[in-house]
Amino acid sequence: MKKDKVKKDKEESLKEYKDRLDTALGNTFLRTAMDNFAVAYRTSRKNAFAGMDVDAMIQEVAEIKAHAIKNNEALLEEFTRKAKANGIHVHLAETAEDANRIIGDIAQKSGSKYIVKSKSMTAEEIHLNPWLENLGLEVTETDLGEWIVQLRHEGPSHMVMPAIHLSRFQVADLFTDVTGTAQDAEIERLVKVARRQLRKKYIEADMGITGANYAVAGTGTIGIATNEGNARLCTTLPRIHVALIGIDKLLPTIKEALSINRVLPKNATGQAITSYVTWITGPSECKPAKGGKREMHIVFLDNGRKKIAADPVFAQVLQCVRCGACANVCPVYRMVGGHQLGYVYIGAIGLITTYFFHGRENARNLVQNCTNCGACKTVCAGGIELPKLIKEIHARIQDEEGHPLKSLLLGKVLKNRKLFHTLLRTAKLAQKPLIHKKEGGGTPYLRHLPMIFSKEHNFRVLPAIAKIPFRDRFEQMNQVHKNQALKNPSHKIALFSGCVQDFVYPEQLEAAMKSFAKANVSVSFPMGQSCCGLPAQMMGEKEAARDVALQNLAAFENEEVDYIVTLCASCGSHLKNSLPDLVREYAPEKAAQFAKNIIPFSQFMNKVVGVKSIPGKGRKTAFHSPCHLCRGLGVKQAPKDLINKSGNLYVKTLEEETCCGFGGSFSANFPAVSQEILTKKLADVEASGADLLVTECPGCVMQLRGGALKQGRDIQVIHLSELF
Amino acid sequence: MSARVYRVKDLASALDKALELCKAKLPCESQMETDLEGTDPMSKEKLRIMAAPNLDEVDFIRLDKVCRESGEIRLIRENLRAYPGGIDMGVTLVDFGIAETGTLVLNSNSEETRLSTMLCETHVAILEELKIRETALSMDDELNELVKHPSSYTAFITGASRTADIERVLALGVHGPLELVILLVEASS
Repeated sequence: MKKDKVKKDKEESLKEYKDRLDTALGNTFLRTAMDNFAVAYRTSRKNAFAGMDVDAMIQEVAEIKAHAIKNNEALLEEFTRKAKANGIHVHLAETAEDANRIIGDIAQKSGSKYIVKSKSMTAEEIHLNPWLENLGLEVTETDLGEWIVQLRHEGPSHMVMPAIHLSRFQVADLFTDVTGTAQDAEIERLVKVARRQLRKKYIEADMGITGANYAVAGTGTIGIATNEGNARLCTTLPRIHVALIGIDKLLPTIKEALSINRVLPKNATGQAITSYVTWITGPSECKPAKGGKREMHIVFLDNGRKKIAADPVFAQVLQCVRCGACANVCPVYRMVGGHQLGYVYIGAIGLITTYFFHGRENARNLVQNCTNCGACKTVCAGGIELPKLIKEIHARIQDEEGHPLKSLLLGKVLKNRKLFHTLLRTAKLAQKPLIHKKEGGGTPYLRHLPMIFSKEHNFRVLPAIAKIPFRDRFEQMNQVHKNQALKNPSHKIALFSGCVQDFVYPEQLEAAMKSFAKANVSVSFPMGQSCCGLPAQMMGEKEAARDVALQNLAAFENEEVDYIVTLCASCGSHLKNSLPDLVREYAPEKAAQFAKNIIPFSQFMNKVVGVKSIPGKGRKTAFHSPCHLCRGLGVKQAPKDLINKSGNLYVKTLEEETCCGFGGSFSANFPAVSQEILTKKLADVEASGADLLVTECPGCVMQLRGGALKQGRDIQVIHLSELF
Repeated sequence: MSARVYRVKDLASALDKALELCKAKLPCESQMETDLEGTDPMSKEKLRIMAAPNLDEVDFIRLDKVCRESGEIRLIRENLRAYPGGIDMGVTLVDFGIAETGTLVLNSNSEETRLSTMLCETHVAILEELKIRETALSMDDELNELVKHPSSYTAFITGASRTADIERVLALGVHGPLELVILLVEASS
């Protein structure tokens, strides 16, 4: 049994998990390797898809997979019939243990002793190697990365690059041990060592085990993609071939497989195609074998897949083609690596499938380690709504195990707007002695963190709750506004403030009110509005999220307005994208209309109002694009236009669309990771030469401004509304 | 994608080119420390080994004659399993080319054909220009014909055997060929 797996099986506590994250954060090589990869991947993926309609291609893959999953049973039946006619032994394993037993039996009955394997995540999923080794069989991984992690008694840290967490020096030391000869840390030479060492293994092997990327029912053909060509040797030299394949890999014809194969390698590593794609239909010629043909087995693995396929919410999980892209773009993966962001399956998809394949005890901590930035969703080759499903799993685990007190209280408080707002007002009084003199963006700061925060949260200064929340200032402001006469307003809007702007940054809303007045826009502020519900959803409190959604729908029900404008991208994205889903069974039409009216401030001012340019100071201004704005709401250009229209100079930064690490409860749960993501972000802004950083979400302002102050960086952070 | 491409006017000149490349390459470095059961001919003969299992009889005999005359190369087409340490060159006629990705499609149903493209240091693939298709999807009927055979083993080959598993640095020849050479036979022939 793999060492680290044994450790993890003992139900790791959240504290132990965080310790593991801290260790990873302190691993300089890992950090550099992950960082270089994150940056390089963006370019290579872009180049690989150059001139192609990537969204349409992904859409096609999603449809192919969704359709195949619906018809899974028929495809399995058809494949089995064809494959049997072709002379293949076909097995169906219901559980991981069944699959292990079937493969172990094949090895023993055939008198096999030596086994070579090509890379298979499915084999990792069922922990096949320890099972076979326990039977006294020698199993050798032949994919270079897999061989390295096997020799180190580890699991892979990425689905297609298993040893990405290791340096050439670590590999050289390992190969020195394996060969008994000192090996230089020169990559080309190390690769040659593997070539030589593994060649012997192929020659002596009785049995080759592979996975498959595609199982084509129409002809009973499997397709295997590799770069190294190891699967070719594994399916050519040994006299027995066993392919272990998840039933989710079934497709009707080779055409669908070719369509997926057009996306998979580009999305995985930015390659147009892998060096080899091998299509095997039935036992091929094998001269030393009985009858001159290889003995070939296919073991189809269910292991919960049929149950997932039948689940209306989670069926789309099976649209995964195992490209690993969700890890490649994940800001958390970039900081901590795959061993910390997955159990067997890595990245966003791993956060979800761990629950199904390896139990909630292994998913419980993992599933919380998500900033909900949505980067994974935008690159997923299977078009899976990954962030949403991560939250669903989180909620499901809490429903099954009981909700932690912290999250339960939050849910209870949020459900009751009056109680929530009273708490915030009381907290304002309690924090009084802590208020720092005015600093930075003009917001008072807490001199010391309240006792409920531990020391590790001290990586950014936190703002104080405002003396008078926006909701208490609105009427007066609006009166002035109205006095300027709005007989024929250009537009009628209602404002959705969200809690942070209402109670912490009312000045951001006030700045917007001035802009609205100038543009002759009539504004209403329904007092019944509450928290948008995203924090509850992030904490796995789905029921509370639904309750506040319904309250908000009621609050805005009688507003006859053209738009509902929000200055908080997170609220905006949640209200537009998640709210209709939450209340689907309660108020679908109302929710659809409400969601349709939601518009972020930047888009409203730039596109609807068409605000004119004003003279300004021409400051070099970077933009932090909130995850929920650029990905959640698909708004990218409007804020940059507004920066230039404000008389400042928009400066592009490399990490403009990378998460700031706030993620609401994420930064509270994983402060150390949040801090590192934040530092990376601020360093990138500083490198651009900008001294003004603008964003469009109060949560991001809180994180970025607090971090810039704490780190003593010469960057002023403000909300877009404050530019005018 | 790590392949050298030459245009040649016909099959005969393709084979001449292969011969020339084989003579010019460094001798094969055996991957077996000791010659397995003493049967690996590589260790006994100081000749370069070229395998051309899917040439037809006439072409094979012609090539074999030239190889012998050269005194440097031994041409084989059978029992490639006896060369676990590797061979210098595998020469194969390939069935199709796919323009979009620079991919070769090779019917590898025969074990010897397969091994010749896996155990060699240099794989020389001979492709008629007329057999080039735009994309894999545009030739799905032709591919279907290839794969539907009950013991079909169809290979897509794009470049040499490669890995980036150590520090994401590209390295060639981790298991199979160190290099791929494509000889394009002109359409007019």
